[in-house]
Amino acid sequence: MAKMTLEELRKLRDSKKGELDKRDTEGKSIHIIIGMGTCGIAAGAKGSLDAFLDEIEKNKIKNVTVKQTGCMGLCYVEPTVEVKVPGMPDTIYGNVNVETARKIIKEHVLGGKLVDNHIFDRPAADIVKK
Amino acid sequence: MSTVDIKINGRPISVPAGTSILKAAKLAGSKIPTLCYHSDLEPWAACGICVVKIEGNPRMARACSTLVTEGQNYITNDPEIHTIRKTVIELTLADHPQECLTCARNLSCELQRLASEYGIREIPFDRNVKRLPKDESTPSIVLDPSKCIQCGRCAQVCQQLQDVWALEFIGRGEGTRLMPVSGLLLNDSPCIKCGQCSAHCPVGAIYEKDETAQLMDAIMDKSKHVAVQMAPAVRVAIGEAFNMAPGEIVTGKIYAALRRLGVDAVFDTNFSADLTIMEEGSEFVERVVNGKGALPQLTSCCPAWTDYMEKYYPDMIPNFSTAKSPMMMQGAITKTYYAENKGIAPKDIYSVAIMPCTAKKFERIRDENMQSSGVDDVDLVLTTRELARLIKTAGVDFANLEPEECDSPIGAYTGAGTIFGVTGGVMEAAVRSAYYLITKEELADVNIEAVRGMDGVKTGVVDIKGTKVKVAVAHGMANVKAVLDEIRVAKEAGAEPPYHFVEVMACRGGCIAGGGQPYGTEDEVRDQRIAGLYKDDEQSTIRCSHQNPDITKIYADYLEAPLSKKSHHLLHTHYTPRKVYQK
Amino acid sequence: MAVKNYILVCGGTACESSKATEIFNALTSEAEAQGVADEVQIVKTGCFGFCEKGPIVKILPEEAFYVQVVPEDAKEIISESIVKGRMVKRLLYVDEKEQNKDGFDIENIKFYQKQVRIVLRNCGFIDPEKIDEYIAREGYAALEKVLFDMSPDDVINELKESGLRGRGGAGFPTWMKWNFSKQVVSDQKYIVCNADEGDPGAYMDRSTLEGDPHSVLEAMTIAGYAVGADKGVIYIRAEYPLAIERLEIAIAQARDYGLLGNDILGSGFNFDFEIRLGAGAFVCGEETALLRSIEGGRGMPTPKPPFPAVEGLWGKPTVINNVETWANIPMIIIKGGEWFRSIGTERSSGTKVFALTGKIANSGLVEVPMGTTLREIVFDIGGGIKDGKAFKAVQTGGPSGGVITSEFLDTPIDFDQLTAIGSMMGSGGMIVMDEDDCIVNITKFYQDFCVDESCGKCAPCRIGTRKLYDILDKISKGKGTHKDLENLEVIGNAMKKAALCGLGQTAPNPILSTLKYFREEYLEHIDQKICKAGKCKDLVQFTIDPEKCIGCTVCARKCPVKCISGERKLPHLIDQAECTKCGECFASCKFGAISKR
Repeated sequence: MAKMTLEELRKLRDSKKGELDKRDTEGKSIHIIIGMGTCGIAAGAKGSLDAFLDEIEKNKIKNVTVKQTGCMGLCYVEPTVEVKVPGMPDTIYGNVNVETARKIIKEHVLGGKLVDNHIFDRPAADIVKK
Repeated sequence: MSTVDIKINGRPISVPAGTSILKAAKLAGSKIPTLCYHSDLEPWAACGICVVKIEGNPRMARACSTLVTEGQNYITNDPEIHTIRKTVIELTLADHPQECLTCARNLSCELQRLASEYGIREIPFDRNVKRLPKDESTPSIVLDPSKCIQCGRCAQVCQQLQDVWALEFIGRGEGTRLMPVSGLLLNDSPCIKCGQCSAHCPVGAIYEKDETAQLMDAIMDKSKHVAVQMAPAVRVAIGEAFNMAPGEIVTGKIYAALRRLGVDAVFDTNFSADLTIMEEGSEFVERVVNGKGALPQLTSCCPAWTDYMEKYYPDMIPNFSTAKSPMMMQGAITKTYYAENKGIAPKDIYSVAIMPCTAKKFERIRDENMQSSGVDDVDLVLTTRELARLIKTAGVDFANLEPEECDSPIGAYTGAGTIFGVTGGVMEAAVRSAYYLITKEELADVNIEAVRGMDGVKTGVVDIKGTKVKVAVAHGMANVKAVLDEIRVAKEAGAEPPYHFVEVMACRGGCIAGGGQPYGTEDEVRDQRIAGLYKDDEQSTIRCSHQNPDITKIYADYLEAPLSKKSHHLLHTHYTPRKVYQK
Repeated sequence: MAVKNYILVCGGTACESSKATEIFNALTSEAEAQGVADEVQIVKTGCFGFCEKGPIVKILPEEAFYVQVVPEDAKEIISESIVKGRMVKRLLYVDEKEQNKDGFDIENIKFYQKQVRIVLRNCGFIDPEKIDEYIAREGYAALEKVLFDMSPDDVINELKESGLRGRGGAGFPTWMKWNFSKQVVSDQKYIVCNADEGDPGAYMDRSTLEGDPHSVLEAMTIAGYAVGADKGVIYIRAEYPLAIERLEIAIAQARDYGLLGNDILGSGFNFDFEIRLGAGAFVCGEETALLRSIEGGRGMPTPKPPFPAVEGLWGKPTVINNVETWANIPMIIIKGGEWFRSIGTERSSGTKVFALTGKIANSGLVEVPMGTTLREIVFDIGGGIKDGKAFKAVQTGGPSGGVITSEFLDTPIDFDQLTAIGSMMGSGGMIVMDEDDCIVNITKFYQDFCVDESCGKCAPCRIGTRKLYDILDKISKGKGTHKDLENLEVIGNAMKKAALCGLGQTAPNPILSTLKYFREEYLEHIDQKICKAGKCKDLVQFTIDPEKCIGCTVCARKCPVKCISGERKLPHLIDQAECTKCGECFASCKFGAISKR
């Protein structure tokens, strides 16, 4: 990407914002967002990530993206993962080890049901969107 | 200069802007105790003794490093401040060996003085003294890390004033040590043995290697003829050890005291300072008039400087004057000319030098050229401090001694010889004689003001009947870099050298503030000692080296002429590059 | 029929003990009974925090947040929330102060307002390695605004209006630092980010850099514009490899986009970065030591003044702020200083990130408005003390701070309040202690840290920290005296006044603070030679009651140093001289025959 002008930056922001919004409202795809701070990685987030990718591959699911993010602050239940499936509430799972990761794909993504005992709450409202 | 109006303990005072609280309080007549502070150095602010209150501020400030601000009232002492300072002294003492009676700094220790002033009778805290091995690797200085209070002065001197970086902070927390870089022995480090660390250490952690016993042994040994020489700077400083004012000229008293100690002959290094001018001056004439040899010519009488040059600027070796230092010349002629005159074998002469300098202890044995008589030309070097101790133990009432004369024929000196002890002095002496050597005429005014004073680098142009001689004088090793780099650049560019003659002395102010001089050297003291040497010069009837009749005689009787074969053998040396780190 | 609703039943320890399972069962059978079992999924979840108001039940997607639910409420929850799609108003959590407010709005649920995430706004939302995601969430909008709509003075005024104070510990007003620096005329100025996070238990800076590196880059660029600097240096611990990697990626991306470098966005303003790695010395978090370290020197503090804002890196004016301070700045520019000031307390505006650790149920990074009480942080957000133990104190400010006892649980936390009660904000480590923690032992831990981390330059700190530690060690071994207690205070006070930098001046704080609030505990160690918490090993003694011991030999077999002797079926004996006080015997005895004192 070449250096941007002010106009280009604004345009980029609008288009990217649109992409994020689209994901939130119309929800054409499924998102799995893994907390990959040092804390998450130390708690095994990389293994969970591999498990997600493996399970998606095995089940030939096409409309899922898996991405990383920083620490959500829920250190006591690392690794943490946010799952966004259209028509279902956005869900934050904690203590997502390899086994739970596979369970999330089977039950939540494929089965449309939340996974027991691993749901946690996002700790605060989003000030950027307010 | 703008001033600020402040109060010290409620009393108004105006001081120049940029004054520290410490200096402002001094101006107001209030002394604030210090330990790590030294006026030669940037405030290091480590010890925590000089804390004061700024009215209205809940925190305390360090007086050494905090500059005064308009309108403030500074409280330099109250019961709370007293308690804090006392606790800090007690903490420092708790980790200190407290072997005052057997310490090199007994009675001159700054920590001891504080403990005494604060009336400390017991240490309320558990003692924790760490025993560490002494470093006696150099011929000049002893490091005793067990006594170190980590004030940082030595490292600051070594790094800031001298730009040598032999000493450094190592470790952290309670494991912090001030020691040679990389944990080397001092002799393997870049140390140039200038001894400024020892002159600045407030306690007994770094001190000169004491060799007074060797002199006593030699005196006791009846088969030895003990001949002593004394450097220019000693005569204006040693009096301080006997409560005399800095700068007081006590030359005759030192001669007398040496005889009381039982030495056989007393000479003066000033004589061979005159000899040095003849050799070095003639060498300069060769270079500048006859184009033989590299320019600029660099002086070589400071052994710390030659050591530094061999380590850091070996490319300058061709520029160095090959003339030995006055001390080594004196040693050489003592064991040849004087020995032959007296009919004593060189090996039976014990040649001693009293020097303001710790590096001289190293110079004595630096290479085989220091044995031009076939044996060591100088057998022992004692610093001013060591001699003062010997005089005290001998029960000599120094202050009331009747002055005596020096022994002949290698003792008489001129004003040019005596100013060798001050920055610019060698240059001034050289110019006085070079003028004559080039023009065969005497200089009308022998006072060369351009090279005097305390500026770190002094430059000037001397007009020798149309020959414009560009000179530079640098003192304090850190100031040398700029001059040398200037020369290097010109040299690499193949350009005209920026100077023709450069004098370098490693210590700030020159030898008068050498590493072996009495403690308490600050600029105020330097000024007084310098004034003393210039006074000695002015009072001299002869003020140019080439006019010294004994110099004329030694050339006529023995050396033939400056730069003769014999002169070269006895009075000249050469230099070799040395590694900065010996390991 | 597809699932329409989800009922989340909190399965945290606290809620579980107050009948969460019964509620779960009741809800399940009600759903069956009312014929909506197919439309609703009932799940047990992890702890939501807010345990004080538990058990908690949440209905999704409506986000209805029911508190203090009992099994009997199940019928109404199913019939109203699921069947009719209405709220069970009486169960909704409403803050006492806002009881009169009608209606339901997720934004108004006070629980969610306990945390306000400004610094951590993007952590958990964006991929930190994708600049586009940062930009999508108003990223670089603040820089844009500053470069094209604001003068340097406007920026500093906005900052002044915000009341932002440095989050590194002392709470110095940020705008003043910037302003000092701006006023100095110099050919070169620097902007420095202090990412040398060193307090034990603090990791908010690491998480911020790992989760949202661009926010710091943007903020520092803004500062460069405001004070006239074109060079930023990020000083970060080498122990933070992930943060470093993400910063490097972020810098490269921003350069690529022209958000760094020359002529940023065509504004004519230049700014760029350099990352410098610290070797992990705690003292290098002190700004003057940090600057010396960047210069390649030994990390030792220098006296202030001169302050870095006037004479900093390479002797040039330098604005130095820590990560958390920087991360606040873009939002202040976008939403305005007034908005920021509306959060927090009068003299401490905005939020503070705390790393909540220790004996807390939900350890984690929390960001709360200044003025939040310790009770809210520990009990509402943190879920209270682990394993239902009793709260003892909270240590804030790490080795520079002090303890906050239960009497101050309702004190609003901000810079000045914490200082007033003898602790300090520090960088925001918050370590919760319970009844099993020994004050002497914990204080000794911090002092040990200070002994190790003192740079060794100034005597009060170098020697003082060691002396304090030695005294604490004596006390913990039952060898302390009343004179030692006195000496702790004498040395501590001298260090506060005479140490050169913040490290030494604050190193005695944990001691002075605990001496104030837990003096009795020190005296117990000294006079009675006991450590009630059982943490000071030299004062702990395990003994076997011969009356109760049946000679089962389990303890003797468990003992790792084999210091328990005794014949089978006969009372056993512990050799006190050999005992290492590991407590294995105590834990293994099934007959309560071993006592710990």
